Amino acid sequence: MDDLIKYAPDLAAGFLVNVKLSLVSSVLALILGTVLVSMRVSPTPVLRAAGTVYVNVVRNTPLTLVLAFSALGLSDTLGLTFSEEPSTNGFWLVVLGLSAYTATFVAEALRAGINTVPLGQAEAARAIGLTFLQSLRMIILPQAFRAVVGPLGSVIIAMIKNTTVAVAAGYLAESAFVMKDTFDDTGVSIPIFIGLALAFMAITLPVGFFTGWLSRRLAVVR
Amino acid sequence: MTSSVLFDVPGPRARLRNHALTVVGVLGVAAVVYYVYTGFDEKGQWDGKIWEPFTQASTWTDYIIPGLLGTLKAAGLGAVCALVFGAVFGLARLSDHRWIRIPAGAVVETFRAIPLLLLIFFLFYLAPSAFGSGDYTLPALVAGLTLYNGSVLAEVVKAGVLSVPKGQSEAAYAIGLRKGGVMRLVLLPQAVTAMMPAIVSQLVVLLKDTALGYIIAYEDLLNYGFKIIPAVFFGSLVPAAIVIGVIYIGLNMALSAVATWLERRSRRSRKTSAQPVIPLGSIESSVGGV
Repeated sequence: MDDLIKYAPDLAAGFLVNVKLSLVSSVLALILGTVLVSMRVSPTPVLRAAGTVYVNVVRNTPLTLVLAFSALGLSDTLGLTFSEEPSTNGFWLVVLGLSAYTATFVAEALRAGINTVPLGQAEAARAIGLTFLQSLRMIILPQAFRAVVGPLGSVIIAMIKNTTVAVAAGYLAESAFVMKDTFDDTGVSIPIFIGLALAFMAITLPVGFFTGWLSRRLAVVR
Repeated sequence: MTSSVLFDVPGPRARLRNHALTVVGVLGVAAVVYYVYTGFDEKGQWDGKIWEPFTQASTWTDYIIPGLLGTLKAAGLGAVCALVFGAVFGLARLSDHRWIRIPAGAVVETFRAIPLLLLIFFLFYLAPSAFGSGDYTLPALVAGLTLYNGSVLAEVVKAGVLSVPKGQSEAAYAIGLRKGGVMRLVLLPQAVTAMMPAIVSQLVVLLKDTALGYIIAYEDLLNYGFKIIPAVFFGSLVPAAIVIGVIYIGLNMALSAVATWLERRSRRSRKTSAQPVIPLGSIESSVGGV
């Protein structure tokens, strides 16, 4: 217990990084995922193929590889830098990898949602003369989003937990690394682990409850 | 397919618009390819020198195959343990006794909520103080994979048994079977068929999660690709990343294809009256892990 109190400031600072990573990456992943799913259902074969290839390749790659590649490959070898400041640069590289990875799951969730929209909706949208993008934007996607609020919540929860993998990108500020670092100094400490696990639950459980409540509230009665 | 519902057979104007979109799409893809190509070129990533190791058999036999075996070993052990864990806790959650059901539920919910890497770090540092010094990379990895994926599989098992129509167990009780018999002879055989696709998709997650071993320096495919090969063949990091990426993607896609095939088969199967268990929202399962 003493260990937990002694290292609490460091761990809290690390955990704050997890929260920041989660917030930024979830927004970017939702945007990129929506773009990807629009590509996958578009009338243009080239865009469809590009979307499908991206989703299947990135989704089947381990996140550890994605993040390690974004740091060692993209940044160190190919020279992609967001900032001169190493810690800022590391942060954005993790955001890049994490949102590129999570976007594929967002896209898959939305595609499942689009499949729940009844045929008549799309047909009616076409009948009143809406173009593909108009019917997607005004008719299909709003209903698709409502249908998959729950699964999207699971995607976001998984992503929050995945922020710990930032270590693989050499970004050594978030809480899992702080915990490992502390263990290197003091040996294993069960209170620290439990405290950190509870901190993660304190975020993921409300997200789960909130999206569950939201999905019931927004459910389309058919 | 939804794609055909969202737009009509195009008329002249729509065709024009689609052609324009195609041009934009091609240009976009070409721009990305060009950007990657010149980026690689600038940093000398197309040099024959750094790609050459991958044409030599010794690179494969000395580094890539041992790495792949390490990954498969962790994934195999993790899969077997996770399946056992999942079966035990999934059935425990369905128990009639509250003192079994509630603790099992607590265990499953807890391990699903903890980030897997945090769990692996903890086990990795806990093991030496509990069992004395030694190499605990593989045990910590396998134990972490088991606890996390086993908990997800427990939910799948529970959902699978619950997906068998109620009439089945009622009929089984009516012919005089006991609780164990109902489960073993009637519910489980049907449930297994229904949950096979969800189980296989979770195994894909498990296989991807083995890459976390890289962080605790377990000698898996990722470790050989990112630490050992670039150290031996200087500058070969990007080619190595691409080669091992292709191996991971191939393995996972093959497993996913098996899951899809199993799902299609169990959907038209007459051996079970249960609907296939949607792999926890068909996306959640492939999302659960890393």
